Amino acid sequence: MTAAVSPSVDPLRAQFGAAIARHAVACGDTIVYVDRERAHDVLAWLRDTPGQQFDYLTDVTAVEYRDPERPLEVVWQLRSLPRKADLRVKAELDKSGPLEVQSVWDLWRGADWLEREVFDMFGIGFTGHPDLRRILMWETYAEGYPLRKDFPLRGHFSRAEQTRQALAANPEAHYSMEELSIAEAFNELPADMRERLARGERGFLK
Amino acid sequence: MSVRTVEMALATPGLDAQGRPTRVPLGAGTGTYDEEFGAEHMLVNIGPQHPATHGVLRLVIELEGETVKRCIPHLGYLHSGFEKLGEYRHYNQIIPLTDRTDYLSPMANNVCLALAAEKLMGIEVPERCRVLRVIACEMSRIISHLVWLGTTGIDLGAFTPFLWSFQERERIYNLQEMWTGARLTTSLTRVGGMMADVPEGFEAGLREFTRTFPKTLTEVDTMFTRNAIWIGRTQGVGVLTAAEATNYSLSGPMLRASGVDYDVRKDRPYLDYETYDFDVPVGEHGDIYDRYRVRLEEMWQSNRILEQALDRLARLQGTPINVDDPRVILPPKSRAMSDMEAMIFHFKQVMEGVKPPLGEAYMGIENPKGELGYYFVSDGTAKPVRWRIRPPSFINLASLPKMCEGALLSDVIAINASVDIVMGEVDR
Repeated sequence: MTAAVSPSVDPLRAQFGAAIARHAVACGDTIVYVDRERAHDVLAWLRDTPGQQFDYLTDVTAVEYRDPERPLEVVWQLRSLPRKADLRVKAELDKSGPLEVQSVWDLWRGADWLEREVFDMFGIGFTGHPDLRRILMWETYAEGYPLRKDFPLRGHFSRAEQTRQALAANPEAHYSMEELSIAEAFNELPADMRERLARGERGFLK
Repeated sequence: MSVRTVEMALATPGLDAQGRPTRVPLGAGTGTYDEEFGAEHMLVNIGPQHPATHGVLRLVIELEGETVKRCIPHLGYLHSGFEKLGEYRHYNQIIPLTDRTDYLSPMANNVCLALAAEKLMGIEVPERCRVLRVIACEMSRIISHLVWLGTTGIDLGAFTPFLWSFQERERIYNLQEMWTGARLTTSLTRVGGMMADVPEGFEAGLREFTRTFPKTLTEVDTMFTRNAIWIGRTQGVGVLTAAEATNYSLSGPMLRASGVDYDVRKDRPYLDYETYDFDVPVGEHGDIYDRYRVRLEEMWQSNRILEQALDRLARLQGTPINVDDPRVILPPKSRAMSDMEAMIFHFKQVMEGVKPPLGEAYMGIENPKGELGYYFVSDGTAKPVRWRIRPPSFINLASLPKMCEGALLSDVIAINASVDIVMGEVDR
């Protein structure tokens, strides 16, 4: 299928030069590969520049290929509601380097839970995210990152161990450290726990 | 204690000069109140097992008096790892998983999956198939909105519309069962076509539904739209402006109630939606009431689309519903049992699966809850490298803490109901 390349690609190259690694067209959608370090700048530019106006963040996700040599990809699906145009921006994260990109939480509040989910499932960090913690798995989940290819379908631990840990986690019986910090009971907490809360530590009470 | 004094005074009223029981005004008791009373913040836990959270959602709410200072949702109680499971399945085997994500509109999910896989493979389905899929999508929209209407009514204390809406929903479920054999796990579509054409009597049944359904809608309209209690509980509650709704990536009725005119069916048409005559309702205040109005109107419009689709279906009687490609569509069973070539195609497809080319595709459709997107990355094998669900209710729910800030505790229930979540999709 030979579909048109998005008209945003040329202005992006003019603006960011070498930070735009390459672009591709897949099934009619344009994909722009950007440098990991510059991803936030590119996305902010795409959002705020007249003529681009990608004001809507459709999705944030990540892809890991079956080929272990290939880097992980963080994928931002952008949309311009006034222009009715879409653009897919990708940043490649080499597995030997830090698995981190800058959060776009400051640009789109919709990125809040989406980035938390990518962190939860792939272990990719988003620097600048105000509340980056697991969202679908519980906070003390110890098996790793479920959507990574080195994570077996049935998990790392044995069935018995998984059951034991899941029962021990009992998340609804506990409040997170953050929640306890707002509770009336805060003053009745042991001193060491208050100290941990003051340090901003997270995690469930045992 | 001063409070107790008032209670005692209320319990034993004296008689006034006319012989009537004296009424003691509340707060008339003597004594001093604690200045700090109510100043402490309270932590309230709602869920995960609570009927008003519409599933296994847990909300931890920080209260100051009765005002919500902060709302912290906890998810994941229904996490099933669908995206991971999808990586171990053929494209057609993923369809049963989609039934179980948004289980209030399974047929629309099936359609989205087929569309995403077809976009990846560059397949164009026949017109009858497209019309059948439109019918599936609009039937799903009606049943999903009916559940929303009924349960939200219950959350706000209105019981009768719940019975009406579930009665209507039951009629669609019967049609759904007639078509697919299942009420919930429909698995209606296949890559390149449909699991089955509509059976004898289906069209007449759906025609009868579209004829009589407006009566129920009118009744609900009479019951709710100008109802003082409903208006009081919903207007001005959980407001999101157009800019906020866009910034929070909301979609579907949530986005349109805030005044953003974006509907995937109109703006990125699929399944020939551009050829159907229907309107997209857009709200202006972004509160619960506008979300209700938008959803109610969407049901009217879905009914219109269904009528048009039924006309087209009658015109396309006898035309194929599947693409004519033995690499993606199973041959008829009779041929597979009698013809060598057909049997080989059957075997290859069942054992090896449908193989898309190398590449990736994102397909978003207008689901009842919002924009449902399936994003496939293929490495040329029969199983996707990545199957990402863009879950509309998950993303819409992310705006809950923002909407609840400064609201009353009782409004949290109404706001949460107005998001129209289904936890199977939120947690996936």
